[in-house]
Amino acid sequence: MSAATHSDLSQRPAIHYLNHEKGLWSWLTTVDHKRIGIMYAIVVALFFLVGGIFATLVRVELSAPGETIMGQDSYNQAFTLHAVIMVFLVIIPAVPGILGNFVLPIQIGAKDVAFPRLNLASWYIFMAGAVLAICGWLVVGKVDTGWTFYTPYSSEASDAVLWMTSAVFVAGFASIFTGINFVVTVHKMRAPGMTWNRLPLFVWAIYATAIVQVLATPVIGITMVLLFLEKFMQIGIFDPALGGDPVLFQHFFWFYSHPAVYIMILPAMGIISDLMGTFSRQQVQGYTFIALSSVAIAFLGFLVWGHHMFVAGQSAISSIIFSMLTFLIGIPTGIKVFNWVGTMYKGSVWLQTPMLYALMFLFLFTIGGFTGIMVGVLATDVHLHDTYFVVAHFHYVMMGGALIALIGGMHYWWPKITGKMYNETLGRIAALLVFVGFNLTFFTQFILGSRGMPRRYHDYELLLEQFPEFAPLHFASSIGSWILAAGLFLILFYGIHSLLRGKPASQNPWGAVTLEWTHTTTPPDPHNFHHTPLVTRGPYDFHLADDVFGPFHTGDGAGDGVGEVTEAPKPEEA
Amino acid sequence: MEDKGTLWLPENASTYAGDVDALFYFIYWVSVVLFILVIGAMVYFAYKYRRRSEADRPQPIKESKLVEASWVVVPTILVAIVFTWGFQVFIKMGVAPPNAYEITVRASKWNWLFEYPNGARSNELHVPVSRPIKLKMSSIDVLHSFFVPAFRTKQDVVPNRYTYVWFEATRQDTFQVMCTEYCGQQHSTMLSQVVVQSQGDFNTWLAENLIDESATPAERGELLYNQQGCFACHSLDGTTGSGPTFQGLSGSQRAFTDGTTATADANYLREAIINPAAQVVQGFAPVMPGQYGTTLTAEEIDALVAYIQEQ
Repeated sequence: MSAATHSDLSQRPAIHYLNHEKGLWSWLTTVDHKRIGIMYAIVVALFFLVGGIFATLVRVELSAPGETIMGQDSYNQAFTLHAVIMVFLVIIPAVPGILGNFVLPIQIGAKDVAFPRLNLASWYIFMAGAVLAICGWLVVGKVDTGWTFYTPYSSEASDAVLWMTSAVFVAGFASIFTGINFVVTVHKMRAPGMTWNRLPLFVWAIYATAIVQVLATPVIGITMVLLFLEKFMQIGIFDPALGGDPVLFQHFFWFYSHPAVYIMILPAMGIISDLMGTFSRQQVQGYTFIALSSVAIAFLGFLVWGHHMFVAGQSAISSIIFSMLTFLIGIPTGIKVFNWVGTMYKGSVWLQTPMLYALMFLFLFTIGGFTGIMVGVLATDVHLHDTYFVVAHFHYVMMGGALIALIGGMHYWWPKITGKMYNETLGRIAALLVFVGFNLTFFTQFILGSRGMPRRYHDYELLLEQFPEFAPLHFASSIGSWILAAGLFLILFYGIHSLLRGKPASQNPWGAVTLEWTHTTTPPDPHNFHHTPLVTRGPYDFHLADDVFGPFHTGDGAGDGVGEVTEAPKPEEA
Repeated sequence: MEDKGTLWLPENASTYAGDVDALFYFIYWVSVVLFILVIGAMVYFAYKYRRRSEADRPQPIKESKLVEASWVVVPTILVAIVFTWGFQVFIKMGVAPPNAYEITVRASKWNWLFEYPNGARSNELHVPVSRPIKLKMSSIDVLHSFFVPAFRTKQDVVPNRYTYVWFEATRQDTFQVMCTEYCGQQHSTMLSQVVVQSQGDFNTWLAENLIDESATPAERGELLYNQQGCFACHSLDGTTGSGPTFQGLSGSQRAFTDGTTATADANYLREAIINPAAQVVQGFAPVMPGQYGTTLTAEEIDALVAYIQEQ
């Protein structure tokens, strides 16, 4: 392997990370960050399917007033499981677990993460948490507390709640270990020349996320331990009957869960930065600002938890301070959006499927951001809190932001991960379905919520006398959810088709200039690089990337995955 | 109900609702304008700078300090405005006038109980128009939240402390009260009404709802059955809810989840109210709140037992 030259890179390798070892056992014992990334992808996709089925059931129930397909108890469990699965088993692990694992080490020119065995352990711990959650639900009994597990309702509910909270406790360690791994990897494993100023913004984002994972996740673990102590040792912490304070639980819960919002959205912002740069072939505007604001947001994210509790009974002074701090975080987030849009200015914008998702992200995340201002302002939040307005807001941020970025990122790195291309036409059709379906589902919920529809209601028949508009709005939202589901199933379909029948992908189908595209084969070698790369330019310096666009090179970017490259690119300096 | 509100907001009927609405629409229109600018620029750039050749390699552009400064300064000014405005209206919504008429609110699964200074009780909130009303709220079990969309007000109701909300209704009508903090099985039916009346009508209603000292225990039990929201789970006509029906309950044989049986005599009924989880009837989940032993007086429990025995 040591004698390999660059001209090899554009050829499809005979031995790569997918085929150098075979059999299920080789996967279950692998310490290769790329394979671990794929293992996360498989389980997260499965949980996404399950969480999505619950979401669809919820929307079917709400499509018409009265009991449609299930009673109160079933409905309360359906929305709880939808949220628990989507938050703890899909969005939190998704981007760091899948793309962080696969892409981050290659992007910084490393052979693997700093602690490969710990990385595998994270996956197993995550799976243990998932198994606990599934056992709690399937075997022990109903969980109908909502994903927030607010006391005292959660402490008097069934034992299955304890299984769920222990699942959250265990899965938290997976998150902490992954975070530690990435922090050390970024500090210690960068290739020569990969200075902090040359880190791709995806790496910056995962790095900031990792800090939050390490610092915030222990708090949810502690909270869950306190729930156990209260239940089994009757120590009054949250239960007023024992002298505890239920609002204290909300403080603990949001002290983790608000930073967790940044665990979910920061990696998504990283993906969008890379997509905007690559598909505009332009330097990402405000690189330093975007990089450092990710870290700043990671820290500020610890100071705003109280904005979930403006009407929960905390003091007015606290609410006022939390509202103010919330805007401190809102401003850099807004500036990031301006920078992403500005990246296209005088660029060369290529509207392939990943870029469609990046633009969709800008559209949806901007709406999510503006409505975030609406619920961050004290007086308007009093009216909007715990209504569908909030439901719509966080779906625009969590799904329209985090998950849409994940889908865009999966399309972008799919050729590198699988070595196959997907059908571009189907990709665009699915993107359109997702866009239309998503907006129909959730934009109507803004109107529902600001007109007064409370969240977590099994039924709204009794409200129709004073709010007749709830029925058509709920119906439209349900129709939207079915269009959205159709789009997502189409992605599943052409993804599987691509794996089985897809055309082979070239080394660098998008003409990107970061290391995972320029210095590895497709699919990558088991050890990523034939020799340690020497980095001589920034991650979006397309004008310096003669090895990709040089005179001997007609450029990839055909997008059809069959870009033939015969001439040797310019040799790497030094 | 002629006033159906605007597209985004329901009818408004409290003194501060107009302030909230003005702020809502200010944020809304600023957001719409900025959204159109951002997305407009995005669509324009995507078209204007679309890729024309695979070999396109645009030169990097120099970032304009002026543009960057403007998109730091303008959003900062805008959020400073909406924060300050929101803070002022929040204070107005939070501080009740000193002369406000105080009504006690007790929330429980899944019932609202309103208690007036003269001792009258009701499941519906009756208030006089154009007079500040202050609600002193507490919960006997889990978290609940008091929400009246038409008043633009909301406040969580918690078990171990009082929380307060105040409003002044601007016209006579009936408005929806909802629980907006998830409280378990029948959260979505934990509803009530605010009936806004003239001061005269209100006074009449108040007198009518005074506890009648000459009532028999069973009559007082009936009142309690309605006020405490027993009807949410226990029907009188034989239909099965979350709990067993009261029809024909007294004197019947009860089979419990632990396999034992008992006859529903007065002692059984009393125990089932005070300590409902001790013996759970087969086919039902142990969802009944356990606080009635402390929130009801001994006389009230006697009255309820007498009422159930009549069914």
